Amino acid sequence: MEELVEQLKVQIIKQLNLEDIEPEDIDPDEPLFGEGLGLDSIDALELIVLLEKEYGIKIENPKDGQKVFFSLNTMAEFITEHRKK
Amino acid sequence: MKQVGIKRYCHVKNNKVYLDGALIFEDVQNDTMKSFLKSAYRNFKIKYPKFFKMDEISKLGFLAAEVVLQNIQKNNIRESEIGIVLANSQSTLVTDKVHQESINDLNNYYPSPSVFVYTLPNIMIGEISIKHKFRGENAFYIFEHFNTEFVSDFIDMLFTDGKVKACLGGWIDQSEKDYEAFVYWVEHYDNKVFCPEHTGALVRKLYEKF
Amino acid sequence: MVYFLSDNIISSLGFSTNENFQALLAGQIGIRNIDDKKYYPDPFPASIVDTDLLDQNFNLTETSANYTRLEKMLILSIDDALKKTDVDVQSKRTGIIISTTKGNIDLLEPQHQNKFDKNRVLLWRLGEIIGNYFNNPNQTIVLSNACISGVLALNIAATLIKKGSFDNMIVTGGDIVSSFVVSGFMSFLSLSPKPCKPFDLERDGLSLGEGAGTIILGNQSQDPNKIAVMGGGSANDANHISGPSRTGEGSFIAIKKAISESRIEPTSIDYISAHGTATDYNDEMESIAISRAGLEEVPVNSFKGNWGHTLGAAGIIETVAMLQEMRENILIQSAGYSQHGVSKEINVIRENTKADLNVCLKMASGFGGSNASLIAKKIKS
Repeated sequence: MEELVEQLKVQIIKQLNLEDIEPEDIDPDEPLFGEGLGLDSIDALELIVLLEKEYGIKIENPKDGQKVFFSLNTMAEFITEHRKK
Repeated sequence: MKQVGIKRYCHVKNNKVYLDGALIFEDVQNDTMKSFLKSAYRNFKIKYPKFFKMDEISKLGFLAAEVVLQNIQKNNIRESEIGIVLANSQSTLVTDKVHQESINDLNNYYPSPSVFVYTLPNIMIGEISIKHKFRGENAFYIFEHFNTEFVSDFIDMLFTDGKVKACLGGWIDQSEKDYEAFVYWVEHYDNKVFCPEHTGALVRKLYEKF
Repeated sequence: MVYFLSDNIISSLGFSTNENFQALLAGQIGIRNIDDKKYYPDPFPASIVDTDLLDQNFNLTETSANYTRLEKMLILSIDDALKKTDVDVQSKRTGIIISTTKGNIDLLEPQHQNKFDKNRVLLWRLGEIIGNYFNNPNQTIVLSNACISGVLALNIAATLIKKGSFDNMIVTGGDIVSSFVVSGFMSFLSLSPKPCKPFDLERDGLSLGEGAGTIILGNQSQDPNKIAVMGGGSANDANHISGPSRTGEGSFIAIKKAISESRIEPTSIDYISAHGTATDYNDEMESIAISRAGLEEVPVNSFKGNWGHTLGAAGIIETVAMLQEMRENILIQSAGYSQHGVSKEINVIRENTKADLNVCLKMASGFGGSNASLIAKKIKS
């Protein structure tokens, strides 16, 4: 799962245009929203696109995203369980 | 006698930034709009990570507004009294094409919300408003060429109706090959600003400087 | 003073104000399931103008030139509105302003690319095409300010007339349902899988719609029952580019500005035509703005349950509906609403009700944190 977390760091930085952030800056347990990386509602929707594009997982309701995207670790766990790609 | 004057203006074109007619930054090394805008951002020490989420035209408009508004005194003008009136010829066509590309192939169909949201020209008004907390009148017009007479008349009307006490006006355009921004700050003389009277002719003259 | 002279609506519910209003009175919903890959890979509800009827109506104009879907709608709409006045569209004193979010955006699709010259997708070119069709000598003004464009265009047109730039203004607005826009809203997960339910507890997103609307404004009216544009305003939330301010900041400021310019007492407002897109956030925000303005008791509805969200046309056609309600002194039930679903106790209209409507408020909000309001008032001769 560590490899997936590292992969996610790179993907997120790219998909969300996090210009001044390096992979090593992201703590996989840290909340992605609110404080942490300060992501917003559009970023949450972009993460939903990322999940579908890279891992074949479809989230239909943005509210379901809240738990999944809490941190990189929760994302990685969710992907490991549900991935189709 | 008119009560409204142009206090500051900024041009961004050909990888150069001018404030009140003087060159304050240039970057001949970076040949893409994206890399030029990034180096300008760094040069002006704009600390605003959301900048990198914007599409190129919004970055352009945002940058030009930042330059005009750096250290500007707002003289007790309320947020709801500051308007933004912008115009261009292409709307957001360059970004539109990016979005269109993402949906042309039904087998590789991943439209992106962060691209789509920028396919409206007034979003750059939104970005500037958010950064500077401007809550006044907005309008985004589309003209083939910058109709300085119309835009300045319209801004004057907002002033005489008491709807604004200050206003950011401008032309921010981007095509596949080129880009340009011209943004200016207009204020009511009540605020004891001593600057040239805001007229369509002056806006045209300043716009055409570079 | 600036008066509403005539109007037209083209939508899934008909090709005239009358036809549309009868449909609204009957609670008709123009939103239906669209299963066509040219719009989106999967079926989705939307309010689409009948293409055959559009072409039939347009063929009656006997023009030989080629026009796009949107242009046909705008031309027919303006034409119908003009027929009901003696405003001279060829006069220098008559201006035209178009409100649109994406114009002829379908021309970007690969299969449409060579149908028209490459400038046709540009909004100023759309303005030129429309202006030229009617031989209007002025540059057509084009306003593209997200979903507030229609209301904002009306405010701007009224200002231009008040300041003497024009005697009459043709304010027209339109947008089409396109794969471009459907895919975009889908990526925002903001479309309901069913026809939308503004202000309802079970609302779960908006429905897209297309159409065109025209309102002709002028500084003189012979109508003994004239209605005037009393005032308007726009304001930015300065909060987020796609989500509305949680405190309804910009919406509230726009209402206040409209009230202030109109020189009316807020208590004299008889009815509100809300933006009411049926997204979770919009409707909640609007109810907060209405409450902050002290207008919780005022009957309010949204027409998006009938027409869907027609983007650039919305502010125009919904204002026309408001004017027709005023002319007939009838409040129309807010389609899609049955259980109250916003935190403020705003007075959503549950059934068609006769009412004395003299002063009415139109609200709009849009991406970019934009908000606009307009107040119309009956003027007794």
